[in-house]
Amino acid sequence: MLKVRVIPCLDVKDGRVVKGVNFLALRDAGDPVEQARAYDAAGADELMFLDITASHEGRGAILDVVSRTAEVCFMPVSVGGGIRAVEDARRLLRAGADKISINTSAVENPGLLSDAADAFGSQCVVVAIDAKARPDGSGWEVFTYGGRKATGLDVIDYAVSAVKRGAGEILLTSMDRDGAKNGYDTALLRAITGAVNVPVIASGGAGSCADLVAGVRDGGADAVLAASIFHFGEVSIGEAKAAMRAAGLPVRPI
Amino acid sequence: MQKIVLIDYGSGNLRSAQKALVAAAASLDGSFDICASDDPEVIAAADRLVLPGVGAFAACMRALGERTGVIEAMTEAVQQGAKPFLGVCVGMQLLAERGLEFGQTQGLGWVSGEVRPLTPSDPHCKIPHMGWNALEEMTDHPLLRGLEVGAHMYFTHSYALFPSDPADVVAQVDHGGRFTAAVAKANVAGVQFHPEKSQSAGLRLLANFLEWRP
Repeated sequence: MLKVRVIPCLDVKDGRVVKGVNFLALRDAGDPVEQARAYDAAGADELMFLDITASHEGRGAILDVVSRTAEVCFMPVSVGGGIRAVEDARRLLRAGADKISINTSAVENPGLLSDAADAFGSQCVVVAIDAKARPDGSGWEVFTYGGRKATGLDVIDYAVSAVKRGAGEILLTSMDRDGAKNGYDTALLRAITGAVNVPVIASGGAGSCADLVAGVRDGGADAVLAASIFHFGEVSIGEAKAAMRAAGLPVRPI
Repeated sequence: MQKIVLIDYGSGNLRSAQKALVAAAASLDGSFDICASDDPEVIAAADRLVLPGVGAFAACMRALGERTGVIEAMTEAVQQGAKPFLGVCVGMQLLAERGLEFGQTQGLGWVSGEVRPLTPSDPHCKIPHMGWNALEEMTDHPLLRGLEVGAHMYFTHSYALFPSDPADVVAQVDHGGRFTAAVAKANVAGVQFHPEKSQSAGLRLLANFLEWRP
């Protein structure tokens, strides 16, 4: 039986971690590879690097991060941020990434998901969706550019079309919950997991082990992604898995 | 010094597989030279061969065929030289006689059977089959030495190899129905999962391959 995945997310800027583990005595806490090793050793099921490098010139740094990680961490690694073309994806996959996560460019260039899926297979292609509840309660709207630009697109329709175009997984972030630590938006998760037949990663809002459990049990997520609760040591990977196991969810033993 | 050659035909997981083999070799006595190549002479001279692979069956088979002399060199090393061979993910699927992804494509045909889409009986089982899953129905094949039933490996695929001879299946996995996780036939083996991404269990399997004497 397939296990629920626990995925820590590291924000990387110009090749350095800007949001990552800060409770362990790492030799160089800014080094993404050291952070990746720490999570590898802790039993994380997968790792996400989110490249938030603003400048175009700085983009090469993430390739170096990915390739150095692949030398020492033998776990699945996804990379998101700044992927605008199939060639960007190819470079990351060649460097050692297993999946590439596409957000803004998937909206602006509808052919990108299908081109990437044709080139590398759907299992490599994640569509990242930033969702915000509509004020009138009529569902959720897709936002791009790190949540700065409203697209007018309905999240459910968009998710279905992204899967049709070749996305093999959805990374679903609730902008309303992101950073609030009061739990994933399980209604949003349920709406998407009920509409598509590819794995969905819950993101945005996890503040406790109970939130991680709810993302799967109530939201129907296949994987849970979190950043700060892991980085600050509030919840360890082991505790997260123990809580899920106690709730009857299938997890991989560490 | 054993020479291990990964077939380089542009597969995305080449580098990860190479690094994992290096790490697995470091856990063994013996000395290993692990390189990636698409040079038929280098492939012919290898003591062991590894065929990585991600993406679609047809695209991988085409990319392999475009490298002049590579399939011939692989075939000779495996069939005349009896060199141990490991296919990983689509590299394993290519062992089949044919693949049914994007039309029908002829495979290497070293294992009887075909590659078909997964069709889980349980609607809760999603496609792609993506994540950590447990090995079941394991035989005592040397590739699985030291791995217990229930060992978790990382899978990510929508198609699987369905061998015609059940004796070629050495481990299975369950995702709304059982299918092949690992095959082995004489000196040819393949794994549907990614040992290079399966942490210590995966490195164990790669170390077993490096020590395998079929």
